[in-house]
Amino acid sequence: MEAKTLFDKIWDGHVVSQVKDGPDVLYIDRHFIHEVTSPVAFLGLEKRGMKVFRPQNTIATPDHNVPTINQHLPIKEELSRFQVETLRLNCAKNDIQLYSLDHQYHGIVHIIGPELGITQPGMTIVCGDSHTSTHGAFGSIAFGIGTSEVEMVFASQCILQPKPKKMRINVEGKLLDSVTAKDIALYVIAQISSSGGTGHFIEFSGSAIRSLTMEGRMTLCNMSIECGARGGMIAPDEVTFDYIKGREYAPKGEEWETKLAQWQQLKSDENAVFDVEFTFDAADIEPMITYGTNPGMGMGVNGTIPTGENLVGSDRITFGKALDYMGFKPGEKIKGKKVDYVFIGSCTNGRIEDFRLFANFVKGKKKADHVTAWIVPGSKKVEKQIREEGLVEIFEAAGFALRQPGCSACLAMNDDKIPEGKYSVSTSNRNFEGRQGPGARTMLASPLMAAAAAIAGVVADPREI
Amino acid sequence: MSIEKFKKLVSRVVPLPIENVDTDQIIPARFLKAVERKGFGDNLFRDWRYKKDGKPNEDFVLNNPLYSGEILVAGKNFGSGSSREHAAWAVYDAGFRVVVSSFFADIFKSNVLNNGLLPVQVPDNFLSEIFSTVESDPTSLFEVDLESQTVRNLKTGSSVQFEINSYKKECLLNGYDDIDFLISLKDKIVSFEQA
Ligand code: SF4
Repeated sequence: MEAKTLFDKIWDGHVVSQVKDGPDVLYIDRHFIHEVTSPVAFLGLEKRGMKVFRPQNTIATPDHNVPTINQHLPIKEELSRFQVETLRLNCAKNDIQLYSLDHQYHGIVHIIGPELGITQPGMTIVCGDSHTSTHGAFGSIAFGIGTSEVEMVFASQCILQPKPKKMRINVEGKLLDSVTAKDIALYVIAQISSSGGTGHFIEFSGSAIRSLTMEGRMTLCNMSIECGARGGMIAPDEVTFDYIKGREYAPKGEEWETKLAQWQQLKSDENAVFDVEFTFDAADIEPMITYGTNPGMGMGVNGTIPTGENLVGSDRITFGKALDYMGFKPGEKIKGKKVDYVFIGSCTNGRIEDFRLFANFVKGKKKADHVTAWIVPGSKKVEKQIREEGLVEIFEAAGFALRQPGCSACLAMNDDKIPEGKYSVSTSNRNFEGRQGPGARTMLASPLMAAAAAIAGVVADPREI
Repeated sequence: MSIEKFKKLVSRVVPLPIENVDTDQIIPARFLKAVERKGFGDNLFRDWRYKKDGKPNEDFVLNNPLYSGEILVAGKNFGSGSSREHAAWAVYDAGFRVVVSSFFADIFKSNVLNNGLLPVQVPDNFLSEIFSTVESDPTSLFEVDLESQTVRNLKTGSSVQFEINSYKKECLLNGYDDIDFLISLKDKIVSFEQA
């Protein structure tokens, strides 16, 4: 039998039909939706006089637009309120489970899926959101789609999709102190560039990847889209199964045993061939931070901003434009640069482990006076856990306040906007121009780096504080 | 239902020689709050096109009366970032039917195709040639022919072929709609679920 990759096995098992010289018709097991990319798809469906074909396989949550304080009050901004309300109406009309703002399971779409046990190994999962790649951490094929494709899933529980190529990224060895999954992600993207994965689906493997917790694996797969890949995945193992067991939607009893036996088979065959393969040494990875306007413009915290000397033509123009926007000069040290805002949260780093890491670091220290910090849990469950574990007290003693769940400053669709020209160290996933508000200057980093910046008031190496 | 057909187009081009133009630049998140597919074209490249006071930024190409046309030509890795189809809608609504670059991000590419907009990927040197042709004469015309999968610089006569999945080509040439096609497979889908 031909050796297959994990990706092949899952994909091939979900092909309903093949279009000659065209895409595959791929069956979708789980479909997540949110308020921003679903309304036009619902409208399209309505125009066809149809309802959602398999509503029980779709899960909805409003996350992009929601405020992160006073969530019990009506949303102030009219357009946001209307979009959230439209989601509610559409879900009610189509019998879709909605975790609305007042629900105990509310949260960012890519946080709640795994947290509730909805995300499981071997599944195909889509959402009108590029960071759907997060769910790949469980050994599923998960990727972001556009609104036309959301409508396809509504109408048929399938999408038309050409099969991507396969890439494997191995990270071997032991991670250095204070290096997290986020640093692995930023390192890999800096190495292969923000478009290096285009056309591919990545499988992450190697001993450093195996050593990550589920939360770390989610952070890494979340960021796989930032190198242009369709998604990233990690073969499930005991860590995965332990995480899923007992969660709300996890299989129970006999069904658990059956599923577990299936899940244990989910791995790439020994001699499976990948179109592209990279191997990195974990020991080369430093705590990372970005200095430019795409996630590939990252470096170790003790590094210097590149000069861009070797770049030519439009590459050079683009590089110069990025540094201008950031207000940085080639050859400068990034350590010691002033920081105005710190954001910890998003579907990249808004899970309980991230807040534990942050709390552990700031415990007994004080936030720098000039820094504004937004601490935004990824879900209601995470928020509850933060309270139960006493992290709130640590935050408060150090001068931080806890907010309510949502996407928040990750994309600044709500009020959490970084003001023009201000510098933010952010645990989110994108540092594009204006991503955190018009004119905002974003430096992406791990929760630990964010904590160090919040305490020092400047970009700092957490190992030195 | 159907999408707008595309066969052949002869037009001037609007050059945007910037690389890694991400979807947050194509349409910033704060303009994604509509629940209908309307009016996105006005906010295409919003933060480059308008100054902070809301006045048009005259240095930006879309505000430059020298340039017009239905073909947008951009630097490599166009459309990276978010899956927001609003980016494709914005480009389309602003009057473009073709986007030319030397490299497209995956999700953006499928989004534009699903909206009757043709992504044309050309080699880097051909892209540079387009930019220099337009720079020396903004009225230069270009021809994009889907049937033969060619894009031609009518000023210099040079041309290249571009790739497109044959299924998508059929859809665009005939205005076929993916969702009608999927619905027609319903029996197959149901038996897949039961297997
Ligand atoms: S947290 Fe950010 S990246 Fe994640 S779903 Fe929300 S907006 Fe998208």
